[in-house]
Formats: sequence, C-alpha cells, structure tokens
Amino acid sequence: MADTLTAGCPSGLSAPADTEASANLAAFVRKSAQGDDVLELMVEGASCAACIKKIEGGLLALPGIADARLNLSTKRLRVAWRPGAIAPEAVAEAMTRLGYGAKPFDPELAQQKIDQEGRFLLRCLAVAGFGAMNIMMFTTPVWFGDDVGPETRTLLHWFGALVAVPCGLYAAQPFFRSAWKALRAGRANMDVPISLAVVLTFAMSITETVLGGAHTYFDGVTMLLFFLLMGRYLDHRLRERARTAAREILALQAVTARRVGAGGAIEAIASRDIAIGDWLLLAVGERAPCDGVIVEGVTDFDCSMLTGETLPVPARSGDRILAGSINASRPVTIRADARAEDSAVAELARLIEVGEQGRGRFVRIADKAAALYVPLVHSAALLTLIGWMLGPLLLQAMGFPVADPSLRVALTNAVAVLIITCPCALGLAVPAVQVVATGRLFKAGVLVRSGDALERLAQVDMVVFDKTGTLTLGKPKLVSAPDEASLMLAASLARVSRHPLSRALVEAAGAGVAAAGAVEIPGEGVEAVLDGVSARLGKRSFAAPLETDAPDGSPELWFAREGTKPLRFVFADALRPDAAEAVAALKARGLQVEMLSGDRAGAAEAAARAAAIGDWRAGVTPAEKTARMQALRELGRKPLMVGDGLNDAAALAAAHASASPGHAVEASQAAADVVLQGNALMGLVEAIDVARQAERRSRQNLAFSALYNFVAAPLAAAGFLTPLIAAVAMSGSSLMVTLNALRMQGRR
Amino acid sequence: MNILIFLAPAAICMGAIGLVAFLWSLRSGQYEDMEGAAHRVLIDDEED
Repeated sequence: MADTLTAGCPSGLSAPADTEASANLAAFVRKSAQGDDVLELMVEGASCAACIKKIEGGLLALPGIADARLNLSTKRLRVAWRPGAIAPEAVAEAMTRLGYGAKPFDPELAQQKIDQEGRFLLRCLAVAGFGAMNIMMFTTPVWFGDDVGPETRTLLHWFGALVAVPCGLYAAQPFFRSAWKALRAGRANMDVPISLAVVLTFAMSITETVLGGAHTYFDGVTMLLFFLLMGRYLDHRLRERARTAAREILALQAVTARRVGAGGAIEAIASRDIAIGDWLLLAVGERAPCDGVIVEGVTDFDCSMLTGETLPVPARSGDRILAGSINASRPVTIRADARAEDSAVAELARLIEVGEQGRGRFVRIADKAAALYVPLVHSAALLTLIGWMLGPLLLQAMGFPVADPSLRVALTNAVAVLIITCPCALGLAVPAVQVVATGRLFKAGVLVRSGDALERLAQVDMVVFDKTGTLTLGKPKLVSAPDEASLMLAASLARVSRHPLSRALVEAAGAGVAAAGAVEIPGEGVEAVLDGVSARLGKRSFAAPLETDAPDGSPELWFAREGTKPLRFVFADALRPDAAEAVAALKARGLQVEMLSGDRAGAAEAAARAAAIGDWRAGVTPAEKTARMQALRELGRKPLMVGDGLNDAAALAAAHASASPGHAVEASQAAADVVLQGNALMGLVEAIDVARQAERRSRQNLAFSALYNFVAAPLAAAGFLTPLIAAVAMSGSSLMVTLNALRMQGRR
Repeated sequence: MNILIFLAPAAICMGAIGLVAFLWSLRSGQYEDMEGAAHRVLIDDEED
C-alpha cells in the first residue's frame, strides 16, 4: 500500500491534519445494539474517495475491528469492535499513523440524533408529491374533457378522493401539529389558516363528490401541501445545519485531561470529570481544561484567546492560569481550583447565552408577514361567506330577480378564498432565497449559520472589529533585524524554542539547522555556545541586561554574544493582507467601522492606522466589549461584531450580527452567525452584499405573493374560481418565487 | 369508460410502488451521507 506512506489525504491536495495523540478514549466508548463497543470520532483532513478507502481499509485491517464507516458529509467516523478485542487507543493511533486527526466526541453531547424531524418532513413531502402527481390522472379529464359525462366525472372525483384524502391527511400532519400547538397556547400562526384550508377543502370536495357537483379541489389541496412542505423542508435544512454545527462545537469541547494520580501514575480522564484539587499534567500546545494554579514547572502561557494579547505571558509555580490558555513552552503540572464547567471558559459560555437571549427578540421577516396575513385572509373568507348569504337577499329586496341564497354556494366560495390564498408562495418566498444565498456564500468560503443570521446581517449599519487574530494574523512577524548574518545565527538558537517570537525569527531566516547544545530557559530565552563563544537569545533582562535604550513597547528579542554589543530584533503583529481593503470596502457600503482591542494602546494604534480605522479603543476587557455592544444597540444601532477570541465570544453573541474567522476558538464560532474560512476578510464584504441582496429578493418575493393574493382572492370571492385556475395560479406563483430566488445564484 | 375501473387502480399502484421505494431508501439511511456516496462509487473493490 503505497498511499499509507503519505500522511493524510492521498491526493496531496489537503494538508495532513495536526495529529495529537488523544488521551484516554475509554471514556467515549459506547455499546452498540449488537453488543459491540462503538467509538465515534470526528475526523480531520478527510476529503475524498481515497481518504474513505484509506481510513476504512486501514482500520478494518486492525485485528478485531468489526466495522468502520466514515460519513464524509458530517466527517464522523464510527468504529465498532467486539468487546475487549482492541484498545480504543489503538484506533486513534492507527488514525494518527494514517495521517488524519481524530478527536473523540463526548458521548452525551454527540448522541447522533438522527434528524427525526427532517426525515418526517421528507416522508410527508414524498407522500404529497405522490398525491400531487397521481391525482392529475383524474383531474385533467375533468378540466379538459368536454365530453365527460356527469357519471364519469363523479367516478373520477371518487378516484381523486381515494388518492388525495389519505395522502393529504398524512402530509398535512406537520401543519396540523404546529397549528394545534399554537392554538392551545392561545396564538395563531401561519399553520392555522393552512390547516383550516386543508380540512375545509377536503370536507367541501367530499360533499361535492357525494352530491355529484362539478368542482372538487382535491388536486389543489395536494399540490398546495407539496409546495408548502418544500418550503418547510428547505427552512428545516437551514436550521438543522446551524444546530448541527453548534452541537459539534459543544461536543468537541469535551477534551481529555491527564491527571497525576497517586504514586505519579498518569491517568487520562474526560475534562468534565476533573475535581477540584486534581493535579493535571499540561503538555506543550495543550489548552488548560479548567482554571488552576501551577504547582510545578516554568513556562509561558498563550492567553491570546482570552485577552487578545499577542505574546505569551511567562508563568511559574504559584501563578494562576485560566481555562482556555495554551501552554506555549514547557510541560507543567497544575492543580485544578475549579471544575471544567465552572471555569472561566464556562463563564464566557454563559455570557454568550445571555447575549443570545437578547437577540431572540429579533422577528423573522416571514413571521412579520404571517402576522399581517392570517387575520386578513380569515376576514376575507368570512366576508365571502356572509356576502354570498346576504347579497342575494339584498338584491331580492331591491327587486332584482336573483336566486335564493344557497349555503352550499356560499361555503364553496369561502373555501375557495381560503385555498387560493393559502400561503404556499409565502412559505417558499423566504427559505428559497436563503438557501440559494447561503449556498452561494458557502462556495465563497463563508459559512452562514442560519437563515435569520442572513436577515440580521443585511440590517447591519456598523462593523466592530477585534484586533488580534481578526484584523491581524494573530502571530508576530519580524519587522526589523540588524543584519542577515546575525539573523541566521540568532535563528539557529531560536530553532529549539516554541515561543511565537522564536518561531517568527525562524520563519524570517528560512531553513537551517539548530545550534548544537542550545537550551531553552522557559520564560527567559535560549542559551548556546556558538564557535566557542557563549550566546543568548531572549528577553532584554536575560540577553541584554545592561542595555539602556528605553523600550518602546514593541515585542522584541535580544541576541547577545559574549564580547559584542547585543542586537535587537523587533516584531509586530502583521495585519491580514486584505484588512485595509476590506475596511475600505465596508466604509464604501456606508458602514461605520470601529476597533476594540484588548491589547496595549501602541499595538492597537498601529493596527488601526494600518487598516485606516479612525475609531479605536485599546485595553478593552471582554465585559467592556459586551457592554459596548449593548450600548450601541440601545442607541438603535445594529452592530456587526467580528472577533475570534474567547474574549470576544460574549460580545459576538450580544451584537446584532456576528462573524468569526475560521481559526477562531470553538466558543466564538458557536456564537458567530458567519464563519469566514481562510485568511481573508473580504469574505465579510461578500457576506454583507449577498445578505443585502437576499433581503431585497425576499421582499420582492413577499410583494409578489401579496400581489398574487390581491388578484386571486377577489376572483375566488366572486365565485369565478375553478379548480383549474386554482391549480395554475398556485403552482405558477410558487414557481415564480423559486425562480426569483434562483436568479441570485450566478449574479455577482 | 369502464376500462377506467382497471386502469386507474393500476396507475395508482405503479405510483405507490415508487413511493414505497423512496420511503424504503429513506428508512435505510441512503440520504445520510450524500457526499460520501458520491465518492464511494470511485472506490475499487480489491479482490486479488
């Protein structure tokens, strides 16, 4: 097998995932119905047929594995084996060997809830589609066959009833349920008129069939249900996608921790099992699962996700660290002083929840339309009934020779009003547009989390950026070095260190070898002997304690060789390549741009100037960011917050709309409406453009539906409506709104 | 027109077969991984 030699996707198109051996997986193993042990893993880096083959083949080759199946859509891998046949760690090791990242799910959060509701809707849609197609066999002869006699017509109506009634009653269940729920709560929603129209139309059509009447609406009602269910299903798909994303983020937060047990034995546990007082081993690159105090070791902690600071903060024993900070240089042992769910990160998650509650007051455009629509339609139907009962009496009183009022005619016309105004175009108008818009943005690398996110994005009137990791790349870049030769020498020391400044130095120097015998002193720098001369690279107090230049606050490294003057390397957090362009494009769209940073004033000012942002504030805490969002909203503004760190998560949730870059922490992605893939900020501009376009298109569709009703409802009320007109009008209007939505697909 | 008595149920039955086939495919999870299904056709069976 040649392809096992390359790590990750055999096509070489996607980079192999960062593989970290997962700790104890036993906590995530479940029992299947067949009694096998089942482990579900989230796979990173799988993208094609060759990946499926490599992963499934590679796992099935392990002894004892009964089943391995990768779902490429959800990126979930399900592995089953006979109990005891293999250790779960062996599965993760095999995945690492194959070059794919595999993370366990928290079994409680990840219970793959098969989308029951979606399946039910699809079943209803299938039944309605079957009904709508097959009923045409019986209604077209009635519509067009001039020579169809009354007996044949009644027979055809009976056949129609045979198909339509069971199909219709089955397919209308989602509407009946929702209408019943609303009515019991004393409210009315769009499903109330729909249910009423379906029930009344069936009752009227059956009566007409029994009495041998000319018009039945069996065809209209099944077609109506088909179109309505289509809109309902599209809407459900959009929401489900958002819900799944949120669930996955939650499930992935279930990381494992390594607990130092009695006698120094190290045992892996799920992070939710951490108890206060546990000693935890934190390897380099690991995120602290809970708040704690360092008991052993010296290291640097990268707190950028929590505070927005670019540079790691040195920490030694006795220092307190917060959950979510990443250990940057040396393994340390910490003592947990809060459980994972009570830690700082969890506190932020609660803030997110509060922010989202505020957002819950947002009313979707379709619901606004429904609130207007429902009373209007019902009054129109009622007026039709009264008009047909009282009208003839009135005319007779005035001396016109008209027939007596007939309850049958009055009811037929009232029901005709209900069925023709049934909101199938209205039900499709908005979801169709949103599905097309989110699909288009998806192709452009912008993930929209829900339909109403798109609506909120369209209303935004100002954009608030976070600095570190959002406007900037979030990692330092070398901006000034003394000379090429000393850069190469300094880099040979830096190669042994994982500190971001060392990494930036190495990146600037390019490929090379590390100095032999170089040793990193955590929190200080690197020391080595170069050509018999001792050399140091690190912070000022470590490498150049005698240097007297006043520091200007920029991130810096000093490089000193014994007997020569120390040299200074200066770094800055580089702006994203298209940040200035994106800010200019946003301003050109009439949006006010602001920056809130948790970083120092100097760094914030430099970034703001480079991106041409006039309004900026530095040293802003997470709570202040959230407060700023609330203040803006109270002023009637509709801010779009763009941020990536945990420190931004609450502000993201509190803003009117929110966006996160793709590398943002899970909590921020969970809070954001829009996730931008890749390194570019221009996707944000595209998202706003498409959202605005979608809003225009939704309004057009709603206006068209209203216009259609204005024309059709009076026709029905006047008794001119035939089943043929009803069928043509209803399918025609649904088709129109769908086509109008599809027009968005290609246009830029 | 008596022929309708036979033709109409026959037509409904044919439609119903299609409906049942769809419901079966839905129940057996064939719509769970649309992307994977598109790729799996490209995998050769290795039977050597």
